[in-house]
Amino acid sequence: MIEVNHLVKRYGSNHAVDDLSFRVERGQIYGFLGPNGAGKSTTMNILTGYIAPSSGEVKINGHDILEDAEAARKCIGYLPEIPPIYPEMTVLEYLTFAAELKRLPGKSREALILEAMELTGVVEVQRRLIKNLSKGFRQRVGLAQAILGFPEIIILDEPMVGLDPKQIIEVRELIKKLSEKHTVILSSHILSEISAICDHIMIISHGKLVASDTPERLTSLMKGSASLELTVRCEKHGLHQLLKDTSGITSFEILDSPEQGAHDVLIKTEGTTDLREKLFYELASRKMALLRMQQSHVSLEDVFLELTENEETEGEENEDGSDL
Amino acid sequence: MAAIYKKEFRGFMTSMVGYVFIAFLLVVSGIYYTAYHLQGAYPKFSYTLQSVLFVFLIAVPVLSMRVLAEERKQKTDQLLLTSPVSVAGIVMGKYLALVSVFGIAAAVLAVYPLILTQFGTISMAESYTALFGFFLMGSCYLSIGLYLSSVTESQVIAAVLTFLFLFVCYVIEGIASFFPETSSASFYTMVVLVLAAACVIYYMVHQAVITIAIAVCLEAALVVLYLVNASFYESLIQELLGVLDITEHFTEFCSGILDVTGIIYYLTVIGVFLFLTVQSIQKRRWS
Repeated sequence: MIEVNHLVKRYGSNHAVDDLSFRVERGQIYGFLGPNGAGKSTTMNILTGYIAPSSGEVKINGHDILEDAEAARKCIGYLPEIPPIYPEMTVLEYLTFAAELKRLPGKSREALILEAMELTGVVEVQRRLIKNLSKGFRQRVGLAQAILGFPEIIILDEPMVGLDPKQIIEVRELIKKLSEKHTVILSSHILSEISAICDHIMIISHGKLVASDTPERLTSLMKGSASLELTVRCEKHGLHQLLKDTSGITSFEILDSPEQGAHDVLIKTEGTTDLREKLFYELASRKMALLRMQQSHVSLEDVFLELTENEETEGEENEDGSDL
Repeated sequence: MAAIYKKEFRGFMTSMVGYVFIAFLLVVSGIYYTAYHLQGAYPKFSYTLQSVLFVFLIAVPVLSMRVLAEERKQKTDQLLLTSPVSVAGIVMGKYLALVSVFGIAAAVLAVYPLILTQFGTISMAESYTALFGFFLMGSCYLSIGLYLSSVTESQVIAAVLTFLFLFVCYVIEGIASFFPETSSASFYTMVVLVLAAACVIYYMVHQAVITIAIAVCLEAALVVLYLVNASFYESLIQELLGVLDITEHFTEFCSGILDVTGIIYYLTVIGVFLFLTVQSIQKRRWS
């Protein structure tokens, strides 16, 4: 469907996109995730042919985005970060213009425009000038333009910005519905948004693809090092000895607890071993009162932070090296 | 291309800009028409057309400044450039819309000679040849305005650049007469120009060897040419600057000559500036 090979985009000495390669398959929702300035928008602009890469190639349905541009762009509907709308046009005028621009056949044009307006909920404002619409409506008009004519690939750059919670749910439903027949790529720096709808997440940091997998697999990637938190009322020395003797603990830390005479303990366990029961009986047999025990799950958030932060320090090191 | 043409033309006709352009052109030409022909009873319609040329200096920037600059500023060029339309198609659509607005004004002007037939005999062929030249020249100005609108995202800068460019074209004949016409003066000017061009080339390619080679070859050619045929350089400066003199060919049309070199000159200038517009949009994609 979409094939991206060794994509690089340089602005001066700054690499906005750095050797990005991935493939996108039909009928799935892909999410680009990354902190601000990670290169999400640049990548999307290259995929749609708005800007050309410094090197590397993009193939849309086998058409090169630069050499066979018109055929490739015909397969794409694009909503950029700032919706490309003309304030002095009415919604209907704008969508008619977009339909002509996309060369939709004249006969079905009106029906397609109406369908796009219905799906994005802008039917009631169709005769109003875009400059008088609120940000949320403008966003939806931009979205209507992107799905107009139902291109095979729909690329949305931060589609939820400016929408209220109800609209966000509506747009989510819409994207899910679209993904039955179309491929959808969307970007966001908000994790919950991406994890709620995407079948496949690509995490981008400093222009590099740091992870690309399903949300489930990404979280399980991190499951390797689970952790336990306890609060125990006992003497510190005894507790230290006990934890030292227990097998399966990689590292632990004993802190003072706000509770009188108790200690907070943070334990990192090996792999998937569950130490909860064992620890409970051990502590009980030594008359150490267990006040609280909690197993902390690794969330997608942690994966994201870990991946992007690692990348950041690496990036800095590289920059230092080049300065020398 | 048709979609862009329609949208752009509608844009001019639903906002003030198109009407301001047409009205300005017609009001000024109306005043001259009344003075020369209705009051002065002068039969040559081309006099009016020749007198209103200065209107273009202000009217053209007003019409053309937002055409591409605004698209870039509002980021609506993202819609155009990612749609299945070629850049040449976009530029053509925009340009034809500009020319159409000017065409409306020209169509109204076409009525003026007919009014004059009420009062006596006038040469229709001469009047309409002049109007044809007027239309070609205006279209030429519009292509310059379109190009300058593509190089910046600020409407104001686009308008000022267009005004300056058209102004220089307007006064170029006077400027050219400042320079001496001797062959030695032209020769030294050319030598300096080649050096300046070499600096530009070096700035663009950063290759010292190539730049020096090109510069040396060109300078040598200039010296040889000067030694062999010095008369070649006579009033060369004037001829080179004359290329910019867009109104010069219009004067031919005004005296009733359907000047083929003039037609070719105007079409070439239009072609060059439309090409430059396409290139300036493409360049942004790559930078």
